[in-house]
Amino acid sequence: MYTEKVMEAFRNPKNVGEMEDYDGMGMIGSEACGDIMQVFIKVKDGVITDAKFKTFGCAAAIATSSTATEMIKGMTVEEALKVTNKKVIDVLGGLPPQKIHCSVLAEQAIKAAIEDYQNRHAAKQI
Amino acid sequence: MEKKIYFDHAATTPVDPRVLEKMLPYFTEKFGNPNSQHWFGRQTVSAVDEARDTVARLVGAKSSEIYFTSGGTEADNWALRGAAYAMAHRGKHLIVSAVEHPAMITTAKELMKRGFEVTFAEVDEYGAVDLEKLERAIRPDTTFVGVMTANNEVGTLQPVKEIAALCKKKGVLLFTDAVQAAGALRLDVKELGADMLSFSAHKFYGPKGVGVLYIRSGLKIDKIVTGGHQERSMRGGTTNVPAVVGLAEALRLAVSELDENAAYVSSLRDRFIRRVQREIPFVKLNGHPENRLPANANFSFRYVEGESLLFSLDLKGIAVSSGSACSSGSLEPSHVLLAMGLPEGLAHGSVRFSFGRHNTAEEVDYAVDALKEIVLKLRALSPLFPKDLKNEVFPEEK
Repeated sequence: MYTEKVMEAFRNPKNVGEMEDYDGMGMIGSEACGDIMQVFIKVKDGVITDAKFKTFGCAAAIATSSTATEMIKGMTVEEALKVTNKKVIDVLGGLPPQKIHCSVLAEQAIKAAIEDYQNRHAAKQI
Repeated sequence: MEKKIYFDHAATTPVDPRVLEKMLPYFTEKFGNPNSQHWFGRQTVSAVDEARDTVARLVGAKSSEIYFTSGGTEADNWALRGAAYAMAHRGKHLIVSAVEHPAMITTAKELMKRGFEVTFAEVDEYGAVDLEKLERAIRPDTTFVGVMTANNEVGTLQPVKEIAALCKKKGVLLFTDAVQAAGALRLDVKELGADMLSFSAHKFYGPKGVGVLYIRSGLKIDKIVTGGHQERSMRGGTTNVPAVVGLAEALRLAVSELDENAAYVSSLRDRFIRRVQREIPFVKLNGHPENRLPANANFSFRYVEGESLLFSLDLKGIAVSSGSACSSGSLEPSHVLLAMGLPEGLAHGSVRFSFGRHNTAEEVDYAVDALKEIVLKLRALSPLFPKDLKNEVFPEEK
């Protein structure tokens, strides 16, 4: 049911871990739904220089976390905001229909991390 | 990974070569339709009769009380729908336990759309039906109680004899789904006291696509598969002769080798449970600690989601199943674990290991070692795992 790319991203996920000195952090999902995704980003001059994640969830959730964080590294914040779950799915070569919500979670967690960064950034400028 | 280890015998089992051998002639030279009048047909009639006699003898029933079906799901459907409609003039209230197989739960929900009322009988923390609550749930218009003999997910055995006595006292029919119990436990329909009982061959090294519904003589339920005169006009459809022959042979072998198989399989299960409890922190054994199927171990691994555990084990060649929502394709985790009062997080982190007679202690050890490594890795990935807990250490060892 999973593509080889999904299984590879699940087997060897990239960007696993936490960041001590992150510029933005987003956490989406709940234990009750069986999926929680936490994304940390480091931003310099409007560019995402590093991203890390921690995920409680199924193979698809872990694979999309890995792929999505990998995609946003090197992007500007504006570009990263345009990373949709569909783009993550395309990179993974597709997901089974019942797993689409996992990729939505990845998109939302990244958006939440960027929002957190923007709030902190705005606060600093005041 | 070269190694392939099968720990999912509650899902299905391989056909025993001795069973296959018995079946093979009925695919080719003895292909006749038992309903045909000619020699080719007559040749298979005796095979079906013999299979029915064997099954009846092994479960303490009369041959006329044994009906062959396409499997456990059809037998469950027939028992529940057939009894509900046959008794509808007396009442339209049905009771099924909250931990029944989807073959029962989904069917009960369908009947709710058709004017029946259904109570899902509550279970205790181990998944066993609460007798007092069940007694209180029985109303004057209750016609049917359905409680499985043993649970497919957590392996807990139900107090079927006590429930049968209660149903008899209240004048209500009792059906027990023995799909997981048949071949693993000794079954005698008279001793159990159930009015109907179902099972399926592929759970005890028989072929898929064939099952049995026992219906106590004198009990009339509606048909659900209408057609020709097969199964004493109670279930239409050309008899699957090789499958029926295979079912009977598989049951015969399972019963004659039951004690040694149960002892062996439960020794593997106990070794597995002991090692997991000793060597992996923050785990919960689901189901009753003693009163469970010999082959079943079901664990929740805190802070870890079951499907990711399942696929991690699969990558190491170990086949298991999970009660997490993600593995079932729904958004809800196992209804069995939720009915037992397990918190959703733990229900999502549940994995079932079901052992079989071809498994070895070495396989169990290999799986526990793999499991330790996988759980460590997934917990390191989990945002739920508290930072102040040491992943590899038992709390009491700190």
